[in-house]
Amino acid sequence: MSSETWLILGASSAVARAFAREAAAHGAALLLAGRDMPDLECQAADLTIRHQVAAVPLRFDAGDLASHAGFVARCLSQAGGGFLNVFLAFGVMPDQADADADPTVAASMVTANFTGAASILAALAPALEAQGGGRVVALGSVAGDRGRKRNFLYGATKAALRTYLQGYAARLAKAGVRVLCIKAGPVDTAMTWPLPGLPFMVSPSAFASTAWRRARRGSGSTYLPSIWWPVMSIIRLLPTSIFNRLDI
Amino acid sequence: MPESFAPAIQEGARAMGWKAVTLQGWGRSSSADCLAARPERSGEMAAALAPPGNRTLIAHGGGRSYGDAALNTGGAVVLTGRLDRILSFDPSTGLLVSEPGVTFAELLAIFLPRGFIAPVSPGTGFVTLGGALANDVHGKNHHGLGSIGDHVAWFDLLLPDGRLLRVAEATDPDLFRATIGGIGLTGIITAICLRLAAVPSNALTVQRRRVANLDDFLQGFKDAAGTAYSVGWIDALAQGAALGRGVLETAEASPHDGTFPSRKAKRFPIDAPGWLLNGLSVRAFNALYWRRASIVGQQTTASYAQFLYPLDAIEGWNRMYGKQGFRQFQCVVPFETGERALRRLLETIASAGAASFLAVLKVMGAQGRGMLSFGMPGYSLALDIPSRPGSEAVFAALERITRDAGGRIYLAKDSVMSSDGFNAMYSEAGAFRALRERIDPQRRLASDMSRRLKL
Ligand SMILES: Cc1cc2nc3c(=O)[nH]c(=O)nc-3n(C[C@H](O)[C@H](O)[C@H](O)COP(=O)(O)OP(=O)(O)OC[C@H]3O[C@@H](n4cnc5c(N)ncnc54)[C@H](O)[C@@H]3O)c2cc1C
Ligand SMILES: NC(=O)c1ccc[n+]([C@@H]2O[C@H](COP(=O)([O-])OP(=O)(O)OC[C@H]3O[C@@H](n4cnc5c(N)ncnc54)[C@H](OP(=O)(O)O)[C@@H]3O)[C@@H](O)[C@H]2O)c1
Repeated sequence: MSSETWLILGASSAVARAFAREAAAHGAALLLAGRDMPDLECQAADLTIRHQVAAVPLRFDAGDLASHAGFVARCLSQAGGGFLNVFLAFGVMPDQADADADPTVAASMVTANFTGAASILAALAPALEAQGGGRVVALGSVAGDRGRKRNFLYGATKAALRTYLQGYAARLAKAGVRVLCIKAGPVDTAMTWPLPGLPFMVSPSAFASTAWRRARRGSGSTYLPSIWWPVMSIIRLLPTSIFNRLDI
Repeated sequence: MPESFAPAIQEGARAMGWKAVTLQGWGRSSSADCLAARPERSGEMAAALAPPGNRTLIAHGGGRSYGDAALNTGGAVVLTGRLDRILSFDPSTGLLVSEPGVTFAELLAIFLPRGFIAPVSPGTGFVTLGGALANDVHGKNHHGLGSIGDHVAWFDLLLPDGRLLRVAEATDPDLFRATIGGIGLTGIITAICLRLAAVPSNALTVQRRRVANLDDFLQGFKDAAGTAYSVGWIDALAQGAALGRGVLETAEASPHDGTFPSRKAKRFPIDAPGWLLNGLSVRAFNALYWRRASIVGQQTTASYAQFLYPLDAIEGWNRMYGKQGFRQFQCVVPFETGERALRRLLETIASAGAASFLAVLKVMGAQGRGMLSFGMPGYSLALDIPSRPGSEAVFAALERITRDAGGRIYLAKDSVMSSDGFNAMYSEAGAFRALRERIDPQRRLASDMSRRLKL
């Protein structure tokens, strides 16, 4: 029996995978939730062999809102011991231009990044409250701090998630559940691979080990890597007239 | 060929992202501008088989080949490093199944505490299993255990036409033998079944002694034939009576565990300026290294990481040779002609003053299983040669000596060998080309090396 269980939502993401390894290295049991079952099975095998912890793949689609209640029930029956903790990593970032041109692209991004997140978090809330402890860590983005020409719809979904998490944290605090929103800067994953020249890029494993430490300590929100705190503080304060002229 | 056992292209696989990158061989004197994709899961691999604009493709693992084996100028590469899941392990047989991006350092970290290691390991832990199989790599125990291909039960191979096959020697000997040591030209290895070796402890007992010259070395290797690991470090600048002087290191698994401080790698900070590696400084270093070793021999206990991967303690040590980089030369020459060939090789290097740190001398055992496997019975000599005006002539001379002795040059290290030389050294080159013609008539897989060697 592990001392804690981490439910990883969007477990095929490179960031999520690195976080799962970090959690497993600390002895946690894992529930690996996502859509790519063959990949999740490979990951479960990998974690079980590397770290000798229990790891269970579970089918989960953030966009299939009707399935969320049943999914939570399955999670609870499969959880490997200790408090259930949640790492929410799923998300998509299509080009702003594609979202502008095709409303279904825009809508599915909003569903995946926000509606789906809100729905699964709401479905999990009673169980988290009932256990009277545990943590929720969700991946926001620096893109949510101020809408930029390049990706303001993506940024808007992350801002919405951030606002949701503030209230969610307040609700769960009473039950002793801590909620952390990580405002992530660029991480070297499939999402960012084709994009040129992103500043302060970090590897998924470096990101995950810091995320793990911050998850133990904090609640509220945190910039990762920390350099984004001063950078975004300045960007947020830029007068609109100047900001609009920047090509970012 | 057996039927494919799984549909290669997964439904709903997202479009592969490609971006322009510049890659270098580890010696930093071969480089290539190309497009690169980096699948995060093996289901995405099939999509990487079709790079934009009908470019050719080659797999790129840890990038630890010194030359152009994993480079593809103007073409595309698929980076395999993110495919690093261990898929199964059976402690009763030692059989491990893993994705190709798992490194030797990771294997050591995971399995040594459970009493298992990779049976054969190259000199750096940053090598991936896929890259190791594609060069059929060897270690300091080649005389006993052969190369990595000798310990592989099967592998999954994504062929250039998109079929995914499980390849074993019994079911598909040609494809099996072509892929082991096949420098990525038969397909992309997506999983490997490797038999790990059981070890009694986490430590090795290491003996080191100073060796006066080449004769002394060859005798030392004969005496060490029954020892698990042996390797010689030669001062390649010593001439005359001291030709071939160096340090002989042998090692055996220790029955007792040791306690070792965890190693934190230091990073080589800058591209070293050219003057740092002049003949004098290298000569001084080599002489000091030689003198520090005891004449009578000295016994120590070492961790596997220390013994197998001594250079990994300095991250990016290849920057030591400055911006122009270096090339590594490694050949194996048969025992019968070997002593004379080694002398000629060492004399050529020493008289050209091709300043190099320690050269590595090894005794190799059996011929490898692959058509292009490097390993064969004989002496192997490896050394770095900084890229300078005139170094091409040194390489041409070394190629000639190797070829005349009936030896071969190691493709993992090479970037300058001639196609003629290759054909003369690798007797199954024709069979390899015939197999490529069969499985990849359009030559969708190609590398700078395959073009240079007219493979
Ligand atoms: C410090 C140092 C010490 C070394 N010591 C030794 C030694 O003792 N013995 C030894 O034998 N070698 C040694 N080498 C060489 C090294 O082991 C080989 O070059 C090895 O092939 C490198 O593997 P890689 O993962 O870095 O792959 P790369 O160098 O990136 O690629 C090597 C080859 O493998 C192919 N390849 C990679 N992945 C795949 C895949 N998934 N499917 C198909 N093809 C693939 C590539 O196309 C390329 O042809 C050493 C290298 C260094 C830098
Ligand atoms: N990379 C960065 O620079 C960066 C920066 C800031 C924030 N983030 C955030 O970090 C998180 C992880 O991103 P990443 O970089 O690791 O990207 P990624 O590799 O593309 O991972 C995204 C994951 O989300 C999953 N997903 C998408 N839609 C889903 C749905 N409807 N249901 C279930 N899963 C779904 C995908 O699953 P499938 O396997 O099924 O496709 C994929 O595994 C995202 O939320 C992203 O917005 C990333």
